[in-house]
Amino acid sequence: MMVAALTAARQGLVSCGTCGLLLRPAWPTEPGHCPRCGAGLDWRHPNSLQRTWALTLAAAVCYIPANALPVMVTNALGSSTPDTIMGGVVFLVTSGSWPLGLIVLIASVMIPLGKLLALTWLLIAVQRGAMGGERDHMRMIRVVRLIGRWSMLDVFVDTFTVALVQLQPLMSVEPGPGVVFFAAVVVLTMLAAESFDPRLLWDTKQALPSHD
Amino acid sequence: MIPTVPDSTLPSRLGAEAIACPSCDLLQRLPMLPPGGRARCPRCGEVLVTAPTDPIDQPLALAVAAAICLVVANATPLMGISAVGRTADTTILGGALAMWTQGQPLTGALVAICAAVAPGAYVLFMLIVLLAARRPPAPRWAGELLRLAEHLQLWAMPEVMLLGILVALVKIAELATVDAGVGLYTTGALPVLLAGIAVSFDPRAIWERVLWADGDVPPRMPRRMPLKTTTDPAVEEPPR
Repeated sequence: MMVAALTAARQGLVSCGTCGLLLRPAWPTEPGHCPRCGAGLDWRHPNSLQRTWALTLAAAVCYIPANALPVMVTNALGSSTPDTIMGGVVFLVTSGSWPLGLIVLIASVMIPLGKLLALTWLLIAVQRGAMGGERDHMRMIRVVRLIGRWSMLDVFVDTFTVALVQLQPLMSVEPGPGVVFFAAVVVLTMLAAESFDPRLLWDTKQALPSHD
Repeated sequence: MIPTVPDSTLPSRLGAEAIACPSCDLLQRLPMLPPGGRARCPRCGEVLVTAPTDPIDQPLALAVAAAICLVVANATPLMGISAVGRTADTTILGGALAMWTQGQPLTGALVAICAAVAPGAYVLFMLIVLLAARRPPAPRWAGELLRLAEHLQLWAMPEVMLLGILVALVKIAELATVDAGVGLYTTGALPVLLAGIAVSFDPRAIWERVLWADGDVPPRMPRRMPLKTTTDPAVEEPPR
C-alpha cells in the first residue's frame, strides 16, 4: 500500500490552471481568481466527467454517419461517384500509393476510434475509483491529446481536392454530407480530451477539501 | 508611476518555488535548473518546467520568421493543376471558401480556423507578448494574450494541413498535372517554425514579467509557501 502522496489539494492549495501560481484560497468552496493572471481558480476542472462523457458520446454518435456517408463526390463526364473515408483509403492503396493509404487509414479510421475507446476507458477508470495503473492512464490521455489533431487530415485532403478539382464541365469534386460529421468527431474528441482532468485519476476519496 | 523590476533579478525567482503538478497535483519544490534542462514530475512523468536558454529572444526570432511565412503562404497559390488545357489553382483560404460555397459552410469555417486563423492569431499574439516582455514589467494584457495564444495553439494545425495537401496532391496527380506554388514551400516551413517557438519558449518567463492582475508588480522572490514535506521533481540535464 502506497502512502498517500502529498498533493496541493490535501494541503488546501490550488494551482492556477493558466499561469501555474500556487495559491492558498481563503474560502475553499470559492477559490476565486488568480492574483497574478486573473484566471478563475478551480480545484479540478468543473464537471470534468460529465463534460467529457457528453462530448465523447456526441462524438461516438457522429462517428457513424462520418463513416457511412460519402465525404467526397466526384463528377466526371456526366457520372458521379461518391467516396466514403474507407473508399478514399482503398483508392490510395489500389492506385499504388499504399504508404499514403496507410497514413489516411491510421489518421481517419484508427485514431478517431482509438480516441473514443481511450476516453471511455479513462472515464470508467475514474468512476470506478480503481487504484493502480495511473501511470498507464496518464500515458493514454497524453497520447490522445498528442495525436488527436491528426484525424483532421481527411478534412484537409477533402478541402484541397474540392478546391482544386474544378475543371467544369470535364470533371469536378464536391464535398459529401459525411465530411461535416467527420469534422465534428475530430472537434468533439479534441474538446473531450481537453475537458478530462487527469488529476482525477490520482485523487483518492479524501484528496479534496470538503465542499459541504 | 510603476517601478521597473531589474531584469537580472528575475531568474533568481526560479530558485525554490513550490508548484503543483498540473497533471497529478503532486506538490514539489522546483530546483534550480541548468540551462536547457527540464524538471519532470516523479509521480506521473509530466514535464513540469523547461529552462530554455533564451526564452524571449529565440522564440521572438522564430515568430518573426513564422509571421513572414504565414503572410506568403496565405497570399500566394499553394498549387495549381492543369488538364486538357484547363487550369485551376487554390490558396489556403480558397480551400476553406470552396468548402463553404459547395454546401459545407461548417467544415469550411473549421478549415479556415485550423489552417489560417488560429496559426495567424497564435503567431501574432506571441509576437506581441514576447515584444512586451522584453521591457518588464509587461502590461497585464500581455498575460491575457498569452492565455489566448495557448488556447489557439491547440487549433493551429499547419502540420496536419501540410500532410493533407500532400495526400490531395498524390490523389489529384492521377488525374491532372499538379504544380506546386510558392505558398506550398512557405506552408512547409510553418510546422517547423511553430514547433521551434513552442520548444524555445517558456511561459514562466512571461508570467515573471507581467504585472499582476491585482495590480502588484511581479515580486523579485517567490512567495514562500509553508509546506510540510514535498517530493523533488526529477531534473533532466540538457542533451550534449
